[in-house]
Amino acid sequence: MASMNDIRRSISSIESTGQITKAMKMVASSKLRRAQSAVVAARPYAEKVREVLGSLSNESGASSNPLMEVREVKKVLYIIVSADSGLCGGFNANVTKECERAIKANEHECDVVAVGKRGRDFFRKRGYNLVSEYIEIGDTPTFATGKTIAQDVIKRYIEGEYDEVHLVYSVFKSALSNTPTDVKVLPIEALPAEEKAGEEKEEQGFSLTYSFEPSEEEVLDVLLPAYVETLIYAAILESKASEHGSRMTAMSAATDNAMELIQSLTLTLNRARQAAITTEINEIVGGAAALE
Amino acid sequence: MSDNRISLDIVTPEKNVFSADVYYFHIPTTSGSIGVYPRHTPIVSGLDVGEMTIDDGSGNKETLFVGGGFLEVGGSKAVVLAKSAEKREDIDVERAEKAKERAEQRLANRTDDLDVARAEAALKRAIQRIKIAKNA
Repeated sequence: MASMNDIRRSISSIESTGQITKAMKMVASSKLRRAQSAVVAARPYAEKVREVLGSLSNESGASSNPLMEVREVKKVLYIIVSADSGLCGGFNANVTKECERAIKANEHECDVVAVGKRGRDFFRKRGYNLVSEYIEIGDTPTFATGKTIAQDVIKRYIEGEYDEVHLVYSVFKSALSNTPTDVKVLPIEALPAEEKAGEEKEEQGFSLTYSFEPSEEEVLDVLLPAYVETLIYAAILESKASEHGSRMTAMSAATDNAMELIQSLTLTLNRARQAAITTEINEIVGGAAALE
Repeated sequence: MSDNRISLDIVTPEKNVFSADVYYFHIPTTSGSIGVYPRHTPIVSGLDVGEMTIDDGSGNKETLFVGGGFLEVGGSKAVVLAKSAEKREDIDVERAEKAKERAEQRLANRTDDLDVARAEAALKRAIQRIKIAKNA
């Protein structure tokens, strides 16, 4: 049996680990709350952009905008959104594996853009061609980050470097669950006008024919990149919220485990202490009896 | 909804800035400033950087800064998809002053890799922000 000092030492070490995990859990849960409200705050914009785009692509039919042009696929770009740090359960592993699976399933040549250190390291180690990386984006990503990434990707797409762009990220469901998802960003497919919008139009009793200022092409020229920017920005936000959720769950489990370990070690310690006392009493009693 | 009201939403990628039924608003578009009353013809237009005013029909006026984006007016609702938008009282003048200085410096000491259009846009935004904030 380990000596009493050894047990004491491991108890105190587990205690301090437990304190750290507990602190991390609390930090993650407060960050999660903020990340969640950022996701919610970004939703109206994304929805409206989609709505406007839906009503536009409905009107114009096939558009000649380069971002909507479907080309023969030769090279594909994958954007992987992961976290910068670990200690968040299976979060990074899930999303990187989903991305690798998608790349392996894709019969075309694939390159990777990494958002977040973990994803970058994963794909670098496996020898994938990393086109660019965006790391340390912080806990409160700004729209500017999404915009920079989107503009880079759009440029590569328009120049013909890639013929398809995919985005792999974790969709936030709740603090306990998130799902890695693969969405096609480019080319932008004509969006079906949302049913809800259609109902509204019927209620008003007339259908809307928009006039475009200055022209439909110019509006699309700005609106389509904005759509890609929102997609990427939303993905980063969702991923952040998922990351904090996973970290909170993982750290909460770690804290519980530490508590359990401490309990069982304390029990062992008490047993050892009592055994030692009993032995001592026995020795004293034995000694006194020998003197009589 | 009554006919003399238009529901206006101003959203930016980061948050919902304004959402209410209004009587009239005035907004800078890429092809000039326009005023929108209820029952305006459906229109989609690009936005310029500048000052937007909203009149709620009961004497309350509000001024905002918009930093480009889109306007969609359809039926009884209008949506402003702004790249940035701030109510006058929310404008950070200090930050705008700094941005103005930075942009001016960049334009003054031009280097080859300078993105002139971007610096000019930044300058324009800063100037508009300051102007709107100071006109309180």
